[in-house]
Amino acid sequence: MTDDSRARILNRIAAALGRDSSAASSAAAASYAQIARDYRSANANSDRSIRDLFVERLHEYDAACTRVATPADLPAAIAATLAARRLATPAVASGVPREWLPEGCDFPAADSLSVHELDRVPGILTGCTVAIAETGSIVLQSGSGQGLRRHTLIPDFHLCVVLESQLVASVPLAFPRLVPDLPTTFISGPSATADIEMTRIRGVHGPRTLHVLLVAD
Amino acid sequence: MLFATEIKRSTQPETPTGSLVRISLFIPCYNDALFPESGKAVVRVLERLGHAVEFRDAQTCCGQMHWNTGYLRETLPILRHFLRVFADAETIVAPSSSCVAMMRDHYRKAAQMDRDPALEREVEALLPRIFEFSEFLVRRLGVEDVGARFTHKVAYHPSCHSARSLHLDTIPLRLLHRVRGLDLVPLANAQECCGFGGTFAIKNADVSSAMLADKVRCVLNSGAEVLTAVDTSCLMHIFGSLHRQRTFVRTAHLAEILACSDDDAGQNSTLAPEQHDASSFGRMVR
Amino acid sequence: MKPETTHWNRQDFPEAARKELAAKPSQDAPFAHSQTRRNVRNATEIIQAKRNAVVAELPEWQDLRAAGAAIRAHTLEHLDHYLLEFEANCTRHGGHVHWAADAAEARKLVLEILAPHAPREILKIKTMTSEEIGLNACLEEHGMHPLETDLAELIIQMGRDRPSHFVVPALHKSRGQIRDLFAREMHRPELSDEPEALAAAARDYLRQKFLSTRVAISGANFLLADTGGVCIVESEGNGRMCLTLPDVLITIVGIEKVLPSFQDLEVFLQTLPRSATGERMNPYNSIWSGTPGNDGPREFHVILLDNGRSPILADDESRQTLRCIRCAACLNTCPVYHQTGGHAYDSVYAGPIGAILTPQLHSMQAAQSLPYASSLCGACYEVCPVAINIPEVLIHLRGKIVEQQQSTVAGSLSLWNIAMKSAAFLMQDGSRLHAAVHLAQAAQRPLVSRNGFIEWLPGMLNGWTKTRDLPALPAESFRDWWRRTRSANSSLQPSAEQPSEPRHD
Repeated sequence: MTDDSRARILNRIAAALGRDSSAASSAAAASYAQIARDYRSANANSDRSIRDLFVERLHEYDAACTRVATPADLPAAIAATLAARRLATPAVASGVPREWLPEGCDFPAADSLSVHELDRVPGILTGCTVAIAETGSIVLQSGSGQGLRRHTLIPDFHLCVVLESQLVASVPLAFPRLVPDLPTTFISGPSATADIEMTRIRGVHGPRTLHVLLVAD
Repeated sequence: MLFATEIKRSTQPETPTGSLVRISLFIPCYNDALFPESGKAVVRVLERLGHAVEFRDAQTCCGQMHWNTGYLRETLPILRHFLRVFADAETIVAPSSSCVAMMRDHYRKAAQMDRDPALEREVEALLPRIFEFSEFLVRRLGVEDVGARFTHKVAYHPSCHSARSLHLDTIPLRLLHRVRGLDLVPLANAQECCGFGGTFAIKNADVSSAMLADKVRCVLNSGAEVLTAVDTSCLMHIFGSLHRQRTFVRTAHLAEILACSDDDAGQNSTLAPEQHDASSFGRMVR
Repeated sequence: MKPETTHWNRQDFPEAARKELAAKPSQDAPFAHSQTRRNVRNATEIIQAKRNAVVAELPEWQDLRAAGAAIRAHTLEHLDHYLLEFEANCTRHGGHVHWAADAAEARKLVLEILAPHAPREILKIKTMTSEEIGLNACLEEHGMHPLETDLAELIIQMGRDRPSHFVVPALHKSRGQIRDLFAREMHRPELSDEPEALAAAARDYLRQKFLSTRVAISGANFLLADTGGVCIVESEGNGRMCLTLPDVLITIVGIEKVLPSFQDLEVFLQTLPRSATGERMNPYNSIWSGTPGNDGPREFHVILLDNGRSPILADDESRQTLRCIRCAACLNTCPVYHQTGGHAYDSVYAGPIGAILTPQLHSMQAAQSLPYASSLCGACYEVCPVAINIPEVLIHLRGKIVEQQQSTVAGSLSLWNIAMKSAAFLMQDGSRLHAAVHLAQAAQRPLVSRNGFIEWLPGMLNGWTKTRDLPALPAESFRDWWRRTRSANSSLQPSAEQPSEPRHD
């Protein structure tokens, strides 16, 4: 059925567009290149530090953020964050550099945990691929230091390390840094809903707390 | 850029010239029959500014009602008639943003329906010459102070076509700000449609009435004595409810406010005292 | 097969709207609103205000809007090309791509894919296409329970209600109504009506289901041709749960939802969240291609749904309808929707976009009252992030409906047709119109009240005078006034044969 339907739909489309179905348009590429992308030249926030903007936007969307002076300070910052939140050792995404981690803690590897075990860990520690100041977003791609998608979904607390060199001003600037084929998640604040009388509520099914460590590097 | 230009295309550029203009009036059909005072007021304002005004007796309608209701074919002869009547008019001014919007937004497509290149050319020749009244004063003549005096509390209703099609923005407000004695009060939810929509008010009378109720509540809350706009159609609709509810808020086309002045009382006036009583204005307060 | 379900009850808009407006303004309470109308009004006002604020932050908004429109228009012009490219790339990444010409085929495909897994329960992410093909009822009939996981959809499902908005489907419900529903259905009598408590209840209720259910069904916001990718935009994390934890994922998506490139998301991930919920970015966007190793379902199916879309491409004027990215900004700004809410449209797709999409999905053979469910105020076009000129399409569709009506004897003899034809005849000649105005001035006399107003009109005009007075025609029209006072001075007497060149005196 689906093969017939495939041909039928493609024929209908071609007929509706007034073309032969075999001529599935080599002109597409040329016409695509003509699309005006004037929005790329805009830079609304050029007059302010994108670091400050990022921190402000994270706060606005209920995420916490701590500035970290150098990568060498990360272990202490992580330990302090966990202590302040009275959290036991979170799981860690595989590929997170050892030198980020505080000494003497035994961080379970997220890769080794089942979904039910993930549901019981106190949190997850990851890095990211890129972060976007204007929208307060972090973008994670499956793989090194960022875990699998479920790792940053099931635990209730997500601690994410963002290096300042990973921070860009706007959404269009983030795209060249992404690998298009990898599973990708844009995360902007903790899980939320506004389905009840348009009241924004933090935390429905995803982590209810997102804490970003922004590291000058 | 195609879409960017499409998005803004119905705005007339602001290139005021101080010179005197020979103006051909287009008084829309319902203004002619129901609200002659708005037309008279336009004449009065333009003449007070020293311009020559003519009215071509053969004119009828822009075709908006037919077009918007889906009678597209039936609109064409009306459009052709309009183009014939105003073929050689230098500048056309209409006290109705929705009629001008009809022309700017739809005449091209209507002309294309007939596959008549001559008609399309005539439409292209018409569009730069047609102005909504307030737009004409500010964008074409560069005038904001027309020497008016009107000592009432006034709220301005930015009708949908004036705001979203002609993009008049602050033009009517700039004119109102220069009226001596006028107390301009803000109108809540001003940008929301009053629910008129031509035949919509009849085909969907219940929804239209509910929209109108919201609009009227905002008008009453504004504390205005007079509600003004650049479309008598919306004003007719809103006043229909204000009158039904026995309120004392009046409505007046912007031109009627701009026509009020104290220096030309008695002379040059299209609103002679006895006529003023018979005007829509007068009738409304009774 | 059951009748197709896009248009649920085939009830005309004015009739359905009248019921929604049941707490109608009366003489005593002219501004009374029902609870539902208050909820709708309140929710749309909040979203709109947020939307306006975050749109105003972007000086390049109109450029984004123009680019969004251009990308979508381009895609539609080459839709077959991009669908084939998507199919090839999705397949390359381990996905299975299926094609469904109509709703019945789509349902059949879903059942076939599910058969070997025989699930008792199926997780669902809010999807318009599922609603469009009536999937939930079909699954129930076959002994499977679809479990809606979006908070609003869960509210709708538990309350056996219908969605009234396609971004916030339960916006017509107040917190009290939701509390009562959850207390009953989740057996939580202690539940408070605090939104936080209600969301937490939903989290508890669904958590074990997410961790144990093996099959999920979703829609999609975008398909990406160059990567075979799928993009889903959401807030709660229920989407991510469904996309990453089950073994089998079925995504049902309209054929028009494809974008040429992954990179095009740089436009739509800016315009969609701002337009839909008034956020700069919604909490989660998921993008993936096929079955990416151990990160997600082992089996992934995409069903490309036509169901009336391809014929819409044929019409140059209304093809733009398919640019829609379902942000619902047009609903939130629409003064008609504000009054009636979504149910009056009696369609999966409500509001201004529903008014143009629904009848076209039915080849203009159903939902013919919907293109008239608008005052043509233009607010929808102004906010549309892909610049669909909805008022223009509404008029275009009205034109088609009028043509259809005029092609039948009954239609051409209808009061509307005769009235409009007669009016058109008068409008072609100044003297005809002049005579008609004089006739009307005389004929109106029995209707005019002592106060100079018409307070009652018969027949189809009665809708006007139910709530509105109409001024009587004054004794002297503008034309008569001009003739009486000015005619002698007016030198220019127009004739039909004047040159079309403007004169420069």
